Amino acid sequence: MSDLYYNEDTIAAVSTGISPGGIGIVRISGPDAIAAADRLFFSRSGQKLANVKSHTIHYGTICEDGEMLDEVLVSVMRAPATYTREDIVEINCHGGIFVVRKVLRAVLRNGVRPAEPGEFTKRAFLNGRIDLTQAEAVMDLISADNEYAEKSAVSQLKGSVRDAVLSCREKILYETAYIEAALDDPEHYDLTGYGDELYSKLQPILRELESLYRTSDDGKIMREGIATVILGRPNVGKSTLMNVLSGTDTAIVTEIAGTTRDVLEETVSIGGLPLRIMDTAGIRTTEDVIEKIGVEKALKCAENADLILYVLDAASEFSQEDKDLLEQLSGRQMIVLLNKSDLKQRIKESDVSAVADAPVISVSAKENYGIGQLREYVLDLFLGGEVRFNEQVYITNERHKAALSDVIESLKLVLESIETGMPEDVFTVDLMDAYRSLGTIIGEEIGEDLINEIFSKFCMGK
Amino acid sequence: MSEYRQEETFDAVVVGAGHAGCEAALACARRGLKTVIFTVSVDSIALMPCNPNIGGTSKGHLVREIDALGGEMAKNIDKTFIQSKMLNRSKGPAVHSLRAQADKQEYSRSMRKVLENQENLLITQGEVSELIVEDGTVKGVKTRSGAVYHAGAVILCTGVYLKARCIYGDVSTNSGPNGLLPANYLSDSLVKNGIKLVRFKTGTPARIDKRTIDFSKMMIQPGDVPVEPFSFSTDPSDVQIEQVPCYLTNTTPETHEIIRANLDRSPLYAGVIHGTGPRYCPSIEDKVVRFAEKDHHQVFIEPEGRYTNEVYIDGMSSSMPEDVQVRMYRSVPGLENAHIVRPAYAIEYDCIDPRQLKNTLEFKNIHGLFAGGQFNGSSGYEEAAAQGLLAGINAGQYLFGKEAITIDRSEGYLGVLVDDLVTKENLEPYRMMTSRAEYRLLLRQDNADLRLREKGYQAGLISKEQYDALLLKKEQIAAETERVKKTKIPHSSELDRFLSDNGSIVTGAGFTVAELIRRPELTYDLLAPLDPGRPELPKDVREQVNIEIKYEGYIKRQRKQVEAFKKMETRRIPEDIDYKEVGSLRLEAIQKLDQFRPSSIGQASRISGVSPADISVLLVYLEKRAQERRLRK
Repeated sequence: MSDLYYNEDTIAAVSTGISPGGIGIVRISGPDAIAAADRLFFSRSGQKLANVKSHTIHYGTICEDGEMLDEVLVSVMRAPATYTREDIVEINCHGGIFVVRKVLRAVLRNGVRPAEPGEFTKRAFLNGRIDLTQAEAVMDLISADNEYAEKSAVSQLKGSVRDAVLSCREKILYETAYIEAALDDPEHYDLTGYGDELYSKLQPILRELESLYRTSDDGKIMREGIATVILGRPNVGKSTLMNVLSGTDTAIVTEIAGTTRDVLEETVSIGGLPLRIMDTAGIRTTEDVIEKIGVEKALKCAENADLILYVLDAASEFSQEDKDLLEQLSGRQMIVLLNKSDLKQRIKESDVSAVADAPVISVSAKENYGIGQLREYVLDLFLGGEVRFNEQVYITNERHKAALSDVIESLKLVLESIETGMPEDVFTVDLMDAYRSLGTIIGEEIGEDLINEIFSKFCMGK
Repeated sequence: MSEYRQEETFDAVVVGAGHAGCEAALACARRGLKTVIFTVSVDSIALMPCNPNIGGTSKGHLVREIDALGGEMAKNIDKTFIQSKMLNRSKGPAVHSLRAQADKQEYSRSMRKVLENQENLLITQGEVSELIVEDGTVKGVKTRSGAVYHAGAVILCTGVYLKARCIYGDVSTNSGPNGLLPANYLSDSLVKNGIKLVRFKTGTPARIDKRTIDFSKMMIQPGDVPVEPFSFSTDPSDVQIEQVPCYLTNTTPETHEIIRANLDRSPLYAGVIHGTGPRYCPSIEDKVVRFAEKDHHQVFIEPEGRYTNEVYIDGMSSSMPEDVQVRMYRSVPGLENAHIVRPAYAIEYDCIDPRQLKNTLEFKNIHGLFAGGQFNGSSGYEEAAAQGLLAGINAGQYLFGKEAITIDRSEGYLGVLVDDLVTKENLEPYRMMTSRAEYRLLLRQDNADLRLREKGYQAGLISKEQYDALLLKKEQIAAETERVKKTKIPHSSELDRFLSDNGSIVTGAGFTVAELIRRPELTYDLLAPLDPGRPELPKDVREQVNIEIKYEGYIKRQRKQVEAFKKMETRRIPEDIDYKEVGSLRLEAIQKLDQFRPSSIGQASRISGVSPADISVLLVYLEKRAQERRLRK
């Protein structure tokens, strides 16, 4: 433990979501991490962890009061070259959820306290290991349950938001400095015509920030998934559709027993794009929604959805009920699926188009037909048809989004000042506001309540 | 020590009678404190050894603030200026900046008269050589002759005189400016008392006999008509005098060639000068080296007074040897036959690291010892005077047992100046600049009285009548601002005609008076014919109403910025904090915080070497500490 840190206690938590395979990691961080682990861990080689080299992995068992809890791999990482810049021990458990919890409890009985949500990252941040955007990205990564979000979070972690923000911030600072220099030394620097020049320089910056801001919607989708409601009368094939969607290669079906969510949600991935199938009004399966909750309630469910998948049985008659509902939902983000299109079709695409303004796709869930088209439509609706996640920077964080909105507002005020012919010295009021707001995104400007606000959002022990 | 020595007792001792010392001494004596001011030469009181002007961008603001607080500089320059200009007039009111050319001799003589006629103030020629400190409290000073001056407070305003050395070429003299005596003994006494000294350097250009200048090759720079006075209490009609022009010329590629060819003979580049010089006011050799791509630099020719032929060559300070200086100056258009009266020189001197001071300008570790001016590592007459005044005010507060008076960054340029000095690492003489003030729109030269008069009143330097006049002015501004926001000018052909006559857009609608004031081409005064219900108000009130309305949106946003700033500023850091107890602070931050002991989170955040992450750590710690205290109660 380095002399740099004082009075820190040692904390532990399960640092991964527990995967179906039952592998889970108990992470311990702090000055007593190694000593605490030593009291529970018995290595195959007989070596105590206190004596092993840093950044090494050891095989053995976790035993408490003579009882063996699990066979484990233990990693020892000494400060300061660790995530928190403190000593870290990670216990890789294999025995499933129950065992992982048992190991954690044993650790906590050995002078270690449970980590508060986000506390590992908080320590990493406070110990100067990572900056604010990176801390936030870790938070996003923890809750990322799809590949888009993961990519964005990883790229944010590497500092791509930081780079984008820094570059804009630098440009704004340069212009501010120029104005300031001219104000300080009016006999050497002339500001005649500078307003127009600034105007043309700010426009691309503004455009860049606006497009960054727009990615926040994509970012939200990536982080939280597209809230999706599947509607349809009984036996139109909703379950089969679900299964088909879940059965594709890229699909992930996750169960998140999150701290804030008591209910189970299903996330279905279409080509990496997450559809969060909403649990409507407590009904676990989406089967029979309309029958059970009625048209009124179906509409209410649809109200909160980003996407409505409306399933019709193409082989049955087009019911008045369906027509009414489709008409009312017309104009929403909706895709109508004509299922069972492998059978003889009694509802045609044009019938649907007559009542609702929504794309109609003929699919056969059973034959796995039309699913590719569905994927394209969904991508088209939510990401403008482009798969943009590779190199692009996304804003996935609400705080960043709010700060960006402030920046854009400030820059617009500068443009307005130029348009109305205000003197140059007042430009800097808003330029500096923009500069500061950008600074709050990357943690170069600190707001008083910021830290607690951020860390209260962390949902797990990473 | 001799048994027979002179002993005197005063309330306050001021060491040095430059611009800082004069303000400090007056601030004490005017409150009835028995004060003595020391100078190495009575003839050098309020000397202007460098440029012949007072004010300029941001410095003009300081002069107005000095006046608002009850200082003397503004009044003195109003009495002795020979040319005046409002700089940045084409820009917003926040950066309008007054600059006056002074008659140097007159300026000095006039200030000396003010000091000599000040009740409770005595002038002593002599060198203070020792500080008397007992148990961390200052008790007085000792002079080189052995005389002891007991005092409750001592204000150090030694300017550039401590171990001063003047250099040009290979000529080096242990002297203050203009051949005045240096003060060679006090430095050691300061060091003995635990005060950390640094060595700074500054310089001045040559003075040239104006009869040897061809002004036809230069551009004439006349003063403004009418002239606006510096002091809020000067009658504008008293300053409409006949002015003396300045002239503008420039260096040439030949000048730069001469300098480059002789750099090895420059004491600065040959390593003879060790002190750190200012970046913003560089010597001409510095400019030529650093901005190699520029083939000319501006040179202003400024008269030193009405009754002298000497002119100041602004923009060409130097420490080159005499022969290089002559060739260098003569390569400038109009100076081909110039005769140098006094050569340019550089001066090195001892000053303090001002981070040893509180924002009251009292030393953190010696009670009753205050400091102001170039001694604090600043540069410029105005910066010096402003600090001297604040140091004098707080020496007074200290002697009267009253709470210190401070000015924060949102209240005045003086606040910015002091805060920068006492918190930031400063590697060169500090000069005030507009860009250093982040709340510039509120810190205008036109509203210095509204911002600071009240503090001057608290300090006993502003009379009750002056203070009452201020309150009335504030009321009038508030009432009239409200009125113009509410008063509607209905649509009429007269209104449309007025708008089109003034180049303003005609929309066929009515407006409130305020809405029209906001148009860039219109002003409060201009709208008088359309606003018959308008009360008769003094010019300064009308001006404030105009600005408050015109820039309302910006002022509001700036106030918001100030609120955020104040929030951090009012988060006090307990004096007994042990930074080693705060977990997770970086080592550098612990050292810096421990060394400079900031009083608030805001101040801590401006210390170089303390990062935003450190500040968050501190915030978390303070919050935890506060919670624990609450629990215990």
